[in-house]
Amino acid sequence: MDDFILEMNHITKEFPGVKALNDVSFNVKRGEIHALVGENGAGKSTLMKVLAGVYPFGSYTGAMMFNGAELQFTGTRDSEKAGIAIIFQELALVKQMSIRENIYLGSEFQKNGIIDWDATFVAASKVLHEVHLNRNPLTKIIDLGVGEQQLVEIAKAVSKNASLLILDEPTAALTETETETLMQILRDLRAKGVSCIYISHKISEVAQIADRVTILRDGRTIATDDVKNMSEERMINLMVGREITQRFPRVEHTPGETVLEVRDWTVYDKDLPTRKVIDGVSFNIRKGEILGIAGLMGAGRTELAMSIFGSYGVGRTGELLLNGKKMVANSPSACIEKGVAYLSEDRKRYGFIAMMDLCGNITLASMAKLWKNGVIDGNEEIRRTEQYVGDLSIKTPSVEQKVGNLSGGNQQKVVVGKWLMTHPKVLFLDEPTRGIDVGAKIEIYNIMNQLVEQGVCIVMISSELPEILGISDRILVMHMGRLVGDLSWKEATQEKVMYLATGGK
Amino acid sequence: MENVNSKTVTQPQNSPGGNWRNWMRVNVRQYTMILALLLVWSIFTVLTKGIFISTRNLSNLFLQSATVAIVACTMVLVMVAGHIDLSVGSAVGFTGAVVATLITKASWPTLLAVPVTLLLGLVIGLFQGYWVAYVGVPAFIVTLAGMLIMRGGLLGVTGGNTISPNSELFRQFGQGYLPQLFIKVAGFNDFSALIGILAIILYNISALRSRRGRIKHGFAVSSPRRQMLIQVSMSVIIALVFSIMVFYHGIPYAILIVMAMVLIFSFVSQNMTFGRYVYAIGGNKDAARLSGINVKKTNFLIFVLQGLAVAIAGIVYTSRLNAATGGAGTGMELDVIAACIIGGTSTMGGEGTVFGAIIGALVMASLDNGMSLMNLGVVYQYVVKGAVLLIAVAVDVSTRKKQ
Ligand SMILES: Nc1ncnc2c1ncn2[C@@H]1O[C@H](COP(=O)(O)OP(=O)(O)OP(=O)(O)O)[C@@H](O)[C@H]1O
Ligand SMILES: [Mg+2]
Repeated sequence: MDDFILEMNHITKEFPGVKALNDVSFNVKRGEIHALVGENGAGKSTLMKVLAGVYPFGSYTGAMMFNGAELQFTGTRDSEKAGIAIIFQELALVKQMSIRENIYLGSEFQKNGIIDWDATFVAASKVLHEVHLNRNPLTKIIDLGVGEQQLVEIAKAVSKNASLLILDEPTAALTETETETLMQILRDLRAKGVSCIYISHKISEVAQIADRVTILRDGRTIATDDVKNMSEERMINLMVGREITQRFPRVEHTPGETVLEVRDWTVYDKDLPTRKVIDGVSFNIRKGEILGIAGLMGAGRTELAMSIFGSYGVGRTGELLLNGKKMVANSPSACIEKGVAYLSEDRKRYGFIAMMDLCGNITLASMAKLWKNGVIDGNEEIRRTEQYVGDLSIKTPSVEQKVGNLSGGNQQKVVVGKWLMTHPKVLFLDEPTRGIDVGAKIEIYNIMNQLVEQGVCIVMISSELPEILGISDRILVMHMGRLVGDLSWKEATQEKVMYLATGGK
Repeated sequence: MENVNSKTVTQPQNSPGGNWRNWMRVNVRQYTMILALLLVWSIFTVLTKGIFISTRNLSNLFLQSATVAIVACTMVLVMVAGHIDLSVGSAVGFTGAVVATLITKASWPTLLAVPVTLLLGLVIGLFQGYWVAYVGVPAFIVTLAGMLIMRGGLLGVTGGNTISPNSELFRQFGQGYLPQLFIKVAGFNDFSALIGILAIILYNISALRSRRGRIKHGFAVSSPRRQMLIQVSMSVIIALVFSIMVFYHGIPYAILIVMAMVLIFSFVSQNMTFGRYVYAIGGNKDAARLSGINVKKTNFLIFVLQGLAVAIAGIVYTSRLNAATGGAGTGMELDVIAACIIGGTSTMGGEGTVFGAIIGALVMASLDNGMSLMNLGVVYQYVVKGAVLLIAVAVDVSTRKKQ
């Protein structure tokens, strides 16, 4: 008999218009890392929210057994008490608070309501060390990058000494090294007997770390098996329900004339105006090519794109030439008007408006262009939105659904759709496939290739090296705010890019 | 993949039951608000032995709610964008005192004093909008300052006295009714009846046109029977509202102003890019900015509109009471904010409708009116209004959670 720490049986969960989970059964053995994979909207996050008590007992049907006892949670506090810690797909840290306060939020070291800050500090330093995050516990969350925030979330979960740890796409925003660190943390925890549920769209990671895997499709369990019995291809095929032949569809492009020229671009830190985050960067973006920008976290790739898009701080020198003419654009609206668009890496903060419906979100950046006299044509708006819903296969019951109710990957597609609708000439994509499933990624690559054929310039920032190597025509490598490499895709290799990105000369 | 998708998008069309439920879910807020209003009305009708429901009283009630309703139309925008305006009470009093002074002390003709007052409202809006949008001072602070400054201004203008603008024309804004046209009998206003009929016709035409538009684009529409049911019941409601006034003295000019404001601002908030920007800013300011929305300009414009609405309300208010006093408009900001919140505007921004706020204004006015009819003292009025606000928001929060 296997020793199951968790058994979820016949779980069904419905939202208005959507059956997110349909008779799902799922179990986890004690001390294993169990991967949960599936397309965007397959129901992975929903299943985990049921388990964590976000959707309380009674709002779903089915039964859950944990450590041999029946679970009936009324809220997340109950699941925490039972020894289940969850890291949600959307980070849930209090931005204005420090790392220290966040880790112990809700479980403060206290006596009669008075917090012992020193003890908290010491304990926080210790867990931060465990997750290899080299930061002062007093640093505010808002000053951390997305990857570092992820590590804080993990530290928070680790600090709770849970016996079951749930990670919902923990590596979506992590660099290779950070991912490696996380893998090590998980292996350490497994050695201590902690079980772990691991959700990811990065199948290679799953193959690397997990013991068993469960595949969900359209709210149903498709298969559960040992990872060693399953090839990556098989997992992907089961996930999407069809054969996937080419993960990175490469199309030969012939680069044309320069469209955007960045000259001697220097950007100062928005909080520390003497520090340069971008230091004298010059490059050309040519018509008909996908320009990849590689680099480690903190290399300044996002700051580079955001400053060109007029949305990072104020201290900038250097110039931009659009089609040979000097471009003066100090705001996103001016850039959009000139045909420059930027998809942010942080979709929750900069991408979508959760309370607004799909229609409102997808048309948001094109409104000034679409409705010249300021009056919205509701039918036309729906018609245009549905076109992108179709092209990007966004899974939603209707275009009037609030984007906050969509699955993470579908939210990302909405933001991609928003920028496509502006019909940009130069499109900056900052981690465009973050949180998107394998099948949908290929669709996005195909769209990128189509755009390039139509003469759009695409700049793709990505922390996923295979993606950069597989899709870009030319690869720029950044290190500490400087441009340290410019390679054609034929000469670029994983080793070369990593060597440059880590500062090798 | 694509096939699956197009199916899910139009799916509600195929299941009439699901569609009905869906439609109810979307509109349930508006219905609960109307139901709450009807509940309040029935309770008062019973408690006042029917006096409350008389056309005379309901007509008065509408008139009483007019000032709050006018300001609520723009307060919704302010709150949806994530701000608050505490200055509206003082501003209504101040603009009202200015128009009264211009007419009495400076002997200006009404037709000059009114536009100048509207201009003053605009300036108030420009001023507060500048501090909020371009300097970045939180609206709470700016309008708290505005509240104090304008209260001071109000006391300065009135000098602590009551000013009565004795102008027949000016009095029409708050006390006048549409004249009778052809049929001159007491208790029936044919002009108002005509307007009511016109409103019903226009409503039905626009409902049919929007349905036809959706069919043309191939979007889901409700079944003909349901469409008819909706249109008939809406027509009945419009007819009832108008008949209250038709069978009294007619439609007050003040209510015409309210109706115009509601139509304009419903249109602005739902069908204009500016309105969409307001919701976007309230929902996620950073995302709105990165989508190319000029956040500062939008915020500025919101306060300018609010300033205008306040001046209109000030004129109606002073005209209705035929008096400007130092205490005019005291505490009105709370009524307006409460009206918006009862009507479903989120205190966090990003959500709210003009229509809801008007229902909220009617709820607040009904409480005042009903309790006065019952001769309940101010003590009860404050306590009950506070309790209703609390309960309304609590119910709202808990129904939202369930979704
Ligand atoms: N609060 C909600 N209200 C309505 N529908 C919801 C809600 N949450 C999730 N859904 C729907 O349930 C389905 C499953 O969503 P879920 O978030 O579990 O997907 P997922 O497998 O985690 O996808 P992803 O890989 O994109 O994160 C989706 O179709 C989604 O739109
Ligand atoms: Mg998810």
